[in-house]
Amino acid sequence: MSVASAEKSADVRAGRPIAPARRSRLSQTKREWVAAYLFLLPDVLGLLLFVGIPMVLSLSLGFFDVSGFGTYTFSGLDNYRRMFGDPLFLGSLQVTIKYVVVLVPGLYITGLGLALLVKRPAPLLGVFRAMLFLPNVISLVVVALIWKFLLVDRIGVANVLLSKIGMGGRSWLGDPDLALWALLGVTIWFLMGFYMIIFLAGLQEIPREYYDAARIDGAGAWRSFWDITLPLLKPTSFFVLLVSLVAAVAGPQGFDLVYVMTSGGPANATNLTTYYIFDQAFRYSNIGYASAMASFLVLVLLVFSGILFALTRGGRFDFD
Amino acid sequence: MRAAGEGRTGIAGVYFALVVISLLTIFPLFWMVSSAFKTGTDVYSLSPIPERPTLDNFRYVFTQVPFLRYMFNSLFVSVSVTVIALFFHSMAAYALARLRFPGRELIFTLIFSTLLVSLPVILVPLFVLVRAMGMLNSYAGLIIPVIFHAFGIFLLRQFYLGVPKELEEAAYLDGASQFRTFLQVSLPLALPSIAVAGIIAFLTAYSEFTIGWLFLDRSDKITLAMAIYSIVQTGSAQPYSQLGSLAIIVSIPAIAIFVLFQNTLLERMLFGSINE
Repeated sequence: MSVASAEKSADVRAGRPIAPARRSRLSQTKREWVAAYLFLLPDVLGLLLFVGIPMVLSLSLGFFDVSGFGTYTFSGLDNYRRMFGDPLFLGSLQVTIKYVVVLVPGLYITGLGLALLVKRPAPLLGVFRAMLFLPNVISLVVVALIWKFLLVDRIGVANVLLSKIGMGGRSWLGDPDLALWALLGVTIWFLMGFYMIIFLAGLQEIPREYYDAARIDGAGAWRSFWDITLPLLKPTSFFVLLVSLVAAVAGPQGFDLVYVMTSGGPANATNLTTYYIFDQAFRYSNIGYASAMASFLVLVLLVFSGILFALTRGGRFDFD
Repeated sequence: MRAAGEGRTGIAGVYFALVVISLLTIFPLFWMVSSAFKTGTDVYSLSPIPERPTLDNFRYVFTQVPFLRYMFNSLFVSVSVTVIALFFHSMAAYALARLRFPGRELIFTLIFSTLLVSLPVILVPLFVLVRAMGMLNSYAGLIIPVIFHAFGIFLLRQFYLGVPKELEEAAYLDGASQFRTFLQVSLPLALPSIAVAGIIAFLTAYSEFTIGWLFLDRSDKITLAMAIYSIVQTGSAQPYSQLGSLAIIVSIPAIAIFVLFQNTLLERMLFGSINE
């Protein structure tokens, strides 16, 4: 409702006086401004309210001690001090770093690899693309439950099949050395189709003539890949790195999979920081402490994104 | 042949690799379907085809679970999110792609930078906020926070950049207002792309779990994604005997939409590729 009334009043303010038949150069420009701001208003307000304010809250709640969902007492840097003395938090950072270090290259390689396999317009390739993308369509909860079922110790079918290739007799979700790998495997299985599609878009933008010319010059497939595909794929690569980095550090898939499959265990081996934050906030009602940790993640993401923003000139991956 | 100078054997190799990888990829989904038709005692049987096929698991879902209620909740929430998100995002994206105004770069950068804020990071304050707004345990609390996402805006902006500008300019010179030009010229041209953005919004909202699980008090408003978790995780002694049937039922709308629209979806999702 407020959107509609704001639209109307802005119209009266800026639109009316310049409405009559002949538009001067200036009025036309101003009309465009007004239209643009009105078009942007709902989304900007929404993002401000449901992303911007929670961000600010997240950064500020960390300075408070919030007791049992009720009173707020200012506690200065207590939460932050506690954070860096909390072995569980530091452990969760370690888990997150391992997750990021494997996941980002893992998604880059699988996404690009699959895109290269399915890039040509040939029979059946559409079917393969669809099959490879399919996991991404399934709800994460369902994904987590299915894999939990497949990985049940000894009798789960994935366990039995893995034992046939010499990886048997292990408890994929119960062994602290393996659980994170299982989590990474499921994450890649779930996300690779999405990155395949993004890479496919990048690959299709590369003019075919380049490859033709390279072939005439006697370059093989390997050479074309290094000298044509990879350099021209730079904008796509940046986009993929940025998106997968955010997903790896704090993506919903990590949280949901851990929540359903392992609850952070065994022995905190899959206790991603996002999960630990949730645990502190909703199981132990430590809202202030959880916010302090969340703001640390925000800081990490800001640093990463600052670097990537500088490299891509403010998110202009298309270089238009 | 054409792309990177591979010969016949190269292509055969590609197909062979694709067959193996694709089958491995959909194997878990195939197993889920197969186990839906297995009896409770056979659920861990290694036979891909149920030895004693049964429909008991589906009967259980339809009789013991208020499944229609959950389905309604899921569809109501996802469709609401999709419709509102598309309307707002296509307007914002149009302004960013087409109109000139002071602060455009800044607003674009700010919107784009919210892509870096993922749900788990703001989950706690979002909960505090939604509670303060009195939206806990309501459909509004499930719908509104999910609408605003920069990815949809970004996607649609790329789409608009691919629509020929001349058509809009012609309409505008003929005396149409900005809003009419948007509505009657740009919007129809971008419609297939908007459909894709809509499908993505729908699938995202349909799969959403965390927000609902935390913002609802396990009430009659829970969606299928939450229902399957609560049934399998906190349910019977044999948690996995109903998993297959539930998973199939939960996934059918999403998979159906994907299969029906996959050509458009996968093609158009290749954003930027429209301006070939």
